Amino acid sequence: MAEFGNPDVVEEEVDILIIGGGMGACGAAYELGPWIKASGADISIKLVDKAAMDRSGAVAQGLSAINTYIGPEQDPADYARMVSNDLMGITRDDLAYDLGRHVDESVHLFEEWGLPIWKTDENGERFDGSKGMTSLKDGGKPVRSGKWQIMINGESYKWIVAEAAKKALGMDNIEERIFVVKLVNDKNDKNRVAGAVGFSVREDKVVVYKFKACLLVAGGCVNIFRPRSVGEGQGRAWYPVWNAGSTYTMAAEAGAELTLMENRFVPTRFKDGYGPVGAWFLLFKSQATNAFGETYMTRNKEMLNDYPPYGQAAVPASCLRNHLMLKEMKEGRGPIWMDTVTALANLRETLSPREVKHLEAEAWEDFLDMCIGQCGIWAGENIEPEKKNSELMPTEPYLLGSHSGCCGIWVSGPDDVGAPTEEGLGEGIPEHLPSGWNWGYRGMTTVTGLFTAADGVGASGHKFSSGSHAEGRMCAKSMVKFVMDNKDWKPELDTSVEQLVEDIYRPVRNFLEFKDYSTAIDVNPNYITPKMLQFRLQKLMDEYVAGVATYYTTNANMLEVAEGKLNDLKEDALRMRAKDLHELLRAWENYHRILTAEAHMKHIQFRQESRYPGFYYRADKNFVDEENWHCFVNSIYNKETKEWTCFKRAHVDLVDKSKLFK
Amino acid sequence: MPTFVRTEKCDGCKGQDKTACMYICPHDLMKLDMDGSETGHAMKSFNQEPEQCWECYSCIKICPQQAIEARPYADIVPMGGSVQPLRGTDSIMWTIKFRNGTMKRFKFPIRTTPEGSIDPYGDTPDADYAKIGDVGFFNHNQQNGYRAGDPSELICK
Repeated sequence: MAEFGNPDVVEEEVDILIIGGGMGACGAAYELGPWIKASGADISIKLVDKAAMDRSGAVAQGLSAINTYIGPEQDPADYARMVSNDLMGITRDDLAYDLGRHVDESVHLFEEWGLPIWKTDENGERFDGSKGMTSLKDGGKPVRSGKWQIMINGESYKWIVAEAAKKALGMDNIEERIFVVKLVNDKNDKNRVAGAVGFSVREDKVVVYKFKACLLVAGGCVNIFRPRSVGEGQGRAWYPVWNAGSTYTMAAEAGAELTLMENRFVPTRFKDGYGPVGAWFLLFKSQATNAFGETYMTRNKEMLNDYPPYGQAAVPASCLRNHLMLKEMKEGRGPIWMDTVTALANLRETLSPREVKHLEAEAWEDFLDMCIGQCGIWAGENIEPEKKNSELMPTEPYLLGSHSGCCGIWVSGPDDVGAPTEEGLGEGIPEHLPSGWNWGYRGMTTVTGLFTAADGVGASGHKFSSGSHAEGRMCAKSMVKFVMDNKDWKPELDTSVEQLVEDIYRPVRNFLEFKDYSTAIDVNPNYITPKMLQFRLQKLMDEYVAGVATYYTTNANMLEVAEGKLNDLKEDALRMRAKDLHELLRAWENYHRILTAEAHMKHIQFRQESRYPGFYYRADKNFVDEENWHCFVNSIYNKETKEWTCFKRAHVDLVDKSKLFK
Repeated sequence: MPTFVRTEKCDGCKGQDKTACMYICPHDLMKLDMDGSETGHAMKSFNQEPEQCWECYSCIKICPQQAIEARPYADIVPMGGSVQPLRGTDSIMWTIKFRNGTMKRFKFPIRTTPEGSIDPYGDTPDADYAKIGDVGFFNHNQQNGYRAGDPSELICK
């Protein structure tokens, strides 16, 4: 009989394992079935999610917009150009272009499945998505809140997408509340994955999977930096607090090449609630000002010229917009305001009373669909946006690959868009790694059999919810092909099941062994609680690795201190305790955070420039160096020596970027 | 704005194999106190880690007893405001109460099809395995959403 500390061990072999249940996983779940059927083979699938698919991943709460919709009037090349410029010129055009040409296929499906999408009629009036107007598929006009964004009534967005995924896959092939924490390499090929291990957060059970192919889509990374809210508000992170870097850490430990882990996203959002600003800027035409009502984007516009050409596009890179705002804050002209009062007054001038009422509802819905906590702040602070302005604030840093960030894993791209087939910079690249930008299976990492999508894929970004779904679908195709090409291959784990169970349950054993040493279970010299370990990580990242404490500034000396402290933390991670299964979940999430944080630090240390001013500054290298650093910084991790190797890869433009600046 | 459970409303989802809030919380925060040893309230659920609450409202929206509410974070927000939804099958109603007593109510659509009605493949034709290496999904352009792009844009091809 299983009990806490003595779990049942369940071993299972499947052809394809999907780790995660967010938009990427749902896309894969939907696309797999028809290809498996077409293959004529009996291919088994399992999907495991640490939460419940109806509300898991970054779209759990809902969304008020789909941020990636190309539409019939735009070209995927335009999209690739935008992604590139927003991320300071260093992205994989092959990945962005491929996503751009596929993504609307998923958006149209969402609408068919029941997602309400706002529409504009012939007079330009906006209507919500329940009015039965012509669908996007049949030429209906969406409400553009920006060049790439369309507005939705998205409270149930994830619920709808998950319903399709669950039906497509069948509930027999899905297990929720299973947290996979480690991949296992193949016994005969250390650059291949053969399995994964995890545990149930509901019963005393360790699961060991063997597979031919695995889709690792477990989100980005939140809470590695000390958040601005450190009390009860700590959970009100901008990106979902449950995104723990699991994707990056598990892939790195399996030997996968990571890319641009120095990149981070520091969104400027409504202060404390982190409510979205996109609709306010783009749909309601609001301005952000300093304390004196001056628009900082105008006041400081010359600063954009310091960063050619990225500052000179019609829409300057996100980090540079932060850069201009931070100047106001640092020089004492804060707080920064979103001038909602003027924006709404201007709009009311041309609207009928009915339209004004609708406008007010739209403004509130923007928060209620995706960031309800911001409404709580408005309610508590008596803020009605037509009467009182709201403060803006840049958040603590986040690591992700699907929103306006591009850290992640280096993956094989499409082979029909002119991507390099060999590497332009040879130096320092470990020999076993691939040379060009594609190696046979779209979405496969540099580790054989390991695929990723969504937040997992680096060097692209701006996929958002719809692009993540589409990327999961692309992986589904290539995984089926991979399994068919490896029909007779049998996975063998390089580590014994006993050892894996031992590793996974170590925090539980630490607790059971030492719990009676002291009378207060949280204060005990023999172990550390996952919560305190997380505080240590957040403190050191904040103070040394360019968190909010230093206005996002670091230097080589500070990074060296961080390096030592991270090493100690990694060692102490083995001494985390877990007093129950919930804390075992937290223990492993925080282990994943540490390694992701370390990758971030190592990449910032390696890149001898400040590529993303406004997101982070190397004070000792406070410039963008196009000559030497217009390249990818990639890395691999050695799980035996626990060391990182960073190296450069050449960047190539596959679409003409000069069109941005004409 | 962590969630909290109203003592007199929560019935521990009696008669079901798991409580709705435990089932849905993406961050594993909701817990059923079986014997009352953790809260003093046996067979009622509670938020076991309020400082980790993302305020996604998933538990509030799913609770069959409407026993769960949210209280704006004590470390940031002045007291007295509240935001409470009532989620139906095709729309959601919101009631927002300000600290100064102002009330606002909104209703938004959430879905245009009946819950559970999605037929994922419907009358979609079968995939053609010979095309597995090509661009496009199994139902290529059936949704009229594939954007082929102008080939001259690809400057290295």
